[in-house]
Amino acid sequence: MALKPRTKFLLGGALILGTAGYLMASAIAQTGTYYLTPTELASKVAQDPSFYGTGVKVGARVVPGSVIRAPGGRDMTFRVTDGDKTYPVSFHGIAPDTFTDSVDVVMDGRLAQDGTFRATTVLAKCASRYENAPAKYRATPGYRSGGAAPART
Amino acid sequence: MILIGELSLWVALLMAAWGTTAGFAGAYTRRAELIASARRALFAMCGFVVLASIGLWTALLTSDFSFKFVAAYTSANLPSVYKFTAFWAGQEGSLLFWALILSIYATIAVYTARKSNRELMPWVVPTLSAIALFFILVLCFGANPYARLDWIPPDGRGLNPQLQNPGMAAHPPNLYLGYIATAIPFAFAVGALITRRLDAEWLSSVRRWVLLSWFFNTVGIVLGMWWAYVELGWGGYWAWDPVENASFLPWLINTAFLHSIMVQEKRGMLRKWNVTLVVSAFLLSILGTFITRSGVISSVHAFSQSEVGYWFLGFLIIAIAVTAYLVSTRLSDLRATAELESMVSREATFLFNNLLLCGIAFSILWGTLFPILSEAVCGTKITVGPPFFNSVNIPLGLGLLALTGIGPLIAWRRASVRNLRRQFTGPVICGVLVGVALLAGGMRAYYSVMSYALGGFVLATSLQDFQKGTSARHRMYGEPYVIALFRLVARNRRRYGGYIVHIGVVVLFAAFAGLAFKKEFDVTLRAGQTFSAVDGFGDHWTFVSQGVSDYDELNRHTTAVLLEARRNGKFVGMIKSEKRQYIDSQGNPTFEPATEVGILDKPHEDVYTVLAGVIGEDTAEMRITFNPLVWWVWYGGMIMALGGLIVMWPQAERRRAQAGYVAPLAPGFVHAEAEAVS
Repeated sequence: MALKPRTKFLLGGALILGTAGYLMASAIAQTGTYYLTPTELASKVAQDPSFYGTGVKVGARVVPGSVIRAPGGRDMTFRVTDGDKTYPVSFHGIAPDTFTDSVDVVMDGRLAQDGTFRATTVLAKCASRYENAPAKYRATPGYRSGGAAPART
Repeated sequence: MILIGELSLWVALLMAAWGTTAGFAGAYTRRAELIASARRALFAMCGFVVLASIGLWTALLTSDFSFKFVAAYTSANLPSVYKFTAFWAGQEGSLLFWALILSIYATIAVYTARKSNRELMPWVVPTLSAIALFFILVLCFGANPYARLDWIPPDGRGLNPQLQNPGMAAHPPNLYLGYIATAIPFAFAVGALITRRLDAEWLSSVRRWVLLSWFFNTVGIVLGMWWAYVELGWGGYWAWDPVENASFLPWLINTAFLHSIMVQEKRGMLRKWNVTLVVSAFLLSILGTFITRSGVISSVHAFSQSEVGYWFLGFLIIAIAVTAYLVSTRLSDLRATAELESMVSREATFLFNNLLLCGIAFSILWGTLFPILSEAVCGTKITVGPPFFNSVNIPLGLGLLALTGIGPLIAWRRASVRNLRRQFTGPVICGVLVGVALLAGGMRAYYSVMSYALGGFVLATSLQDFQKGTSARHRMYGEPYVIALFRLVARNRRRYGGYIVHIGVVVLFAAFAGLAFKKEFDVTLRAGQTFSAVDGFGDHWTFVSQGVSDYDELNRHTTAVLLEARRNGKFVGMIKSEKRQYIDSQGNPTFEPATEVGILDKPHEDVYTVLAGVIGEDTAEMRITFNPLVWWVWYGGMIMALGGLIVMWPQAERRRAQAGYVAPLAPGFVHAEAEAVS
């Protein structure tokens, strides 16, 4: 090996960076998902019907009053909107504590043929915490709270 | 006191502005009185920021709800400790906290460096003032913690239940302490670049601050992981969320610097690289703040999004422009004084270590920013999630783990075959044995097998060096082994503290590798019903529901379910998981019901239960997760922090030398001692 150490190092470095670059490129190709608003999702589906069933991420706002939780709190349905387009969502899993019926959510999942978005994960962002009026207590179905409002002694 | 605090903020603004202008003018014109005035302004600013912070703390602790911040983040019945920690629960307070730490750090840095770095300090002072000025400007005009409401609510909105947790009380301050400590090296780098005094002197002052930053960053990240694990209830501790990534980036860069600085100290190489790392760590801290505060990237973290993020973007652009100009015009002063001699040497190992760390940092930054980048380039937002980060970083991380074992033992300049054989025969055999044993035992998660094998190798290299040093002392001084070990570490803190950090890293990798054997079950249990499952280790577990109970506590109403857990028929413990409805002092519910997970933690595995909800009177819907080796994440983190502390602790040699006593050096130790200062 007549190569200078510096050259060898550069080769080694290029190997490391090349590996990192290759891993990144292939990982993006395999795992990158579209991040869409409901309107964008609708236009994608309209252009290409095979888009039904493709894993996507959707960011939207939950329609107030649309949340229906099944008893036990592990299944629920709600609607999300971006103002123009609204989609019904069904979700099986434990929603984060920050999920309420007026938050912005980011959901992973796929659009089913029947037009329902089947979410596999739901993340809630509580964007504005105190601009809203103080939250009125809503008895959340599926969560037993021992009466409408907890008694204070 | 509150009023004093409010006014102090404005005085601090003036002080910072004066410190910046007078300082730069003084440094440029070399006028001693301006330089001294800027330094005094910096100290005074620190005092006023402290007053401003005390003012906000007073408002919080006395529940003065006329302040928007107090009303937004506390309620009258909040336990005092959380009233205190609510300081950094919201944007305004955390920015003030940032300014507070920055000015205290700056004061300490300027005060302790008053005798050294004479050439640099006139530039360091105004640079630090300028950074502080930026934060105070944001505080006064962008997010004022002293903003008032036009009415006084009877009670505040309360602190988000997820923040009412000891981990969350301690995690942000540690992270901020780590983030902000990068500002001091940055200021020194700017000073050194401007004055072109780029010798090793400024780096020795900087190294301490980078270590400090690294230490707090480590503690902060581990505490954050712990908080996410016990509080968020999704069963894990790291989700590759943008906010988590933002905290990880400066850590990676600091780690890279702490290694490459040794190459510069020892061999005079990598000077450009080191300056770049110092500057990048700070810029990444600011970038992280921008990402998390501006809402340009969606994150689970509930920071209020506002225009404050764009203040940071502006600051970031200015800082990048200034440092890019400085570095590019000073390249000739940063020329290396030596060349790489061999690929089989410590400096080459450290170079690859740096490349890997920076590669990891770059891939994380890329993945985090990818939605913005893809939208800018292709017009559609494309996101990458945990699969991206895992598939890129697991291989790179394993490479890094291998270098962790090689780096400390391989010789500088050029390793001889004899050196390699002497140092690595035992550890390599050890690593191979671990790998073979696991494969023979039926483990088929190959990344996990690799990380255990490499972990065995690294652990063996570190322990071998502890053993060699200890028995050398034992032979030479006749010290008992325990004392020999203690003195060995005490006299070579950098070296052995570093090994302890490495051992912590091995423990963490081992814990991460355990994630491959996680198991999760969704169950519905009525009181008295039993659920059976087999965990990742093949143990049979049974869980018997003891029923659901409701009760009131200080500021919450709780619904809890209790499980009796048995492993292989033997009683192990009770696990309680809760739903909490928090209420304010008027009895009104605040926030949505909060989940409190139940955790049965054992060294080899956690049983992690989440109450999803209750059907009827006594039927609980739950998720039960077997999380192997999570315990070791916390202990690995503690070991790393301990190693960091040992490295940071002031060297004993200096004190002894001052006392007129110099420890006699046995011939065999000259080598070890010489390496210790490497």
